[in-house]
Amino acid sequence: MNPVIAVSNLGKRYGHTVAVDDVSLEVLEGEIFGLIGPNGAGKTTTMECVEGNRVPDKGTISVLGLDPQRDANELRQRIGVQHQEAHLQKRIKVWEAVDLWQSLYTRAVDADALLTRLGLEAKRNAWFMTLSGGQKQRLFIALALIHEPEVVFLDELTTGLDPQARRAIWGLVTGIRERGTTVFLTTHLMEEAERLCDRVAIIEHGRLIEVGTPDELVQKHCPERTVVFTSDDASVAERMQAVGAVERDEGSEATYAIRGMGDEFVTDVINVIAREGIRVRGFHTEIPTLEDVFLKLTGHGIRD
Amino acid sequence: MKRQFLRGFWKLTWLETKIFTREPMGFVATLVMPLLVFIVLGRAFGANKPVPTTGLDIPFNPAILAAILIAISAVQSLVAIISIYREGGILKRLRATPLSPITILGAHVVVKLCFTVISLALLLLAGRRLFPGVMHVNVFSFTAAVLLSTLSILSLGFIIASVVPTARFAQPVSAAVIYPMIALSGLFFPVDRLPRAFRGIALLLPTTHAVALLDGVWDGSGWGAHWVNAAALVVLFVAYTAVSTKVFRWE
Repeated sequence: MNPVIAVSNLGKRYGHTVAVDDVSLEVLEGEIFGLIGPNGAGKTTTMECVEGNRVPDKGTISVLGLDPQRDANELRQRIGVQHQEAHLQKRIKVWEAVDLWQSLYTRAVDADALLTRLGLEAKRNAWFMTLSGGQKQRLFIALALIHEPEVVFLDELTTGLDPQARRAIWGLVTGIRERGTTVFLTTHLMEEAERLCDRVAIIEHGRLIEVGTPDELVQKHCPERTVVFTSDDASVAERMQAVGAVERDEGSEATYAIRGMGDEFVTDVINVIAREGIRVRGFHTEIPTLEDVFLKLTGHGIRD
Repeated sequence: MKRQFLRGFWKLTWLETKIFTREPMGFVATLVMPLLVFIVLGRAFGANKPVPTTGLDIPFNPAILAAILIAISAVQSLVAIISIYREGGILKRLRATPLSPITILGAHVVVKLCFTVISLALLLLAGRRLFPGVMHVNVFSFTAAVLLSTLSILSLGFIIASVVPTARFAQPVSAAVIYPMIALSGLFFPVDRLPRAFRGIALLLPTTHAVALLDGVWDGSGWGAHWVNAAALVVLFVAYTAVSTKVFRWE
């Protein structure tokens, strides 16, 4: 797969504040790439430099083989953009916005079909100010997709939305990838990154600290696995010692936690339980997520 | 460049016109307020005297004041819109499209000029009915003078719109510029009688030349006699627009 976005040694400062410091990354054709990190980490600035809406101080950027500053006009025809906390004119109607956007591009999809796909057909004549948060974001996705762009930029797409609206948006984003469009998104929601992204880059204080698939990052930085099970069998602790360190849960006499490393660990535990014929009333695994990776790499949670 | 400017221009202009008419307050302020001022003052000071500008019992020409108010309300409206658009991220969103920045401003200017013409037409119609015999001004010449004045005052509005930090500041900042500007414009007392420093400032303000030109067109001496003011309006427009493109911020 070819990189459609190539960023090397990007730097941007505002006054004395360094927003982006020596960031290099590649986004491959057809993938959903997520830039993740806390608010103020430099996600939006990086993305805006790549879109060509902000002038970097240092470094080179290539998007679809174009220079976002020099070839801005050509690039804008080929990329779609959704901004964080964007707005339109309060009293613009949904169809009017779509109609205006359509007229700006040399290539455009069928607007009605797009509105239907995004579940906005009933809102065609509604003023922008009357839309719910989820509807506004879906409209912005529609505007970002109206010209069948090759790359779509989505900045904090679901911030401020309720869980139901968020899930609906996630479905739409995976739909964009299925149509062959490359997606570059930012988010501070680890669950969102884990659900959507093929690859993620973790950014903090303007620096990129890690890049990879969510699975890779979890395996690399948080290989610990925990199996928690409940059993009335009193001899569990000694019979399970072969697989890992066993701890009895202080809250409940019959609950045990076994810790170990690697993907094989859970299978090993299950095999021993089966071989030893231990009766188990409850069983679950605790597998680290991207959130844990973030915590480990930065020393603090993402919402700190 | 020309194709770039026109891309979406008429669509955006039409769209902004529709959006403007959906905002009842702005609509009323633009079309009704200057008309109301004209009628009330005209009645109060007896504008039914044949030539108001020469009548001693009327210190100023209500029609010119109303025309200036029309231009001013266009400026205030433009400043408010641009600052709201900037604060709300609308400008930023539009900027990320193939729309050129000049197209966005241009569309708003055309909308403002259209409403200026409508509002002026209402004013002249009202004048013909309420003060018969007074309104013998050349309608086209007067309209052209008002449009040129509005455009020139709008360019000062661009600068205000470029520098006000938030929409909340737009109103007081434009008021702080506009009221002294009207005071110095020569509408209420002649510019010649201003202290020297103020006279210098007055000459750099578009309203001063607008009042002189409108006065001239009104009393029949016309564009020829006031070509200096007309030229000054054009020069100020170019200069102020150039400054505003330097200081303009999209977010």
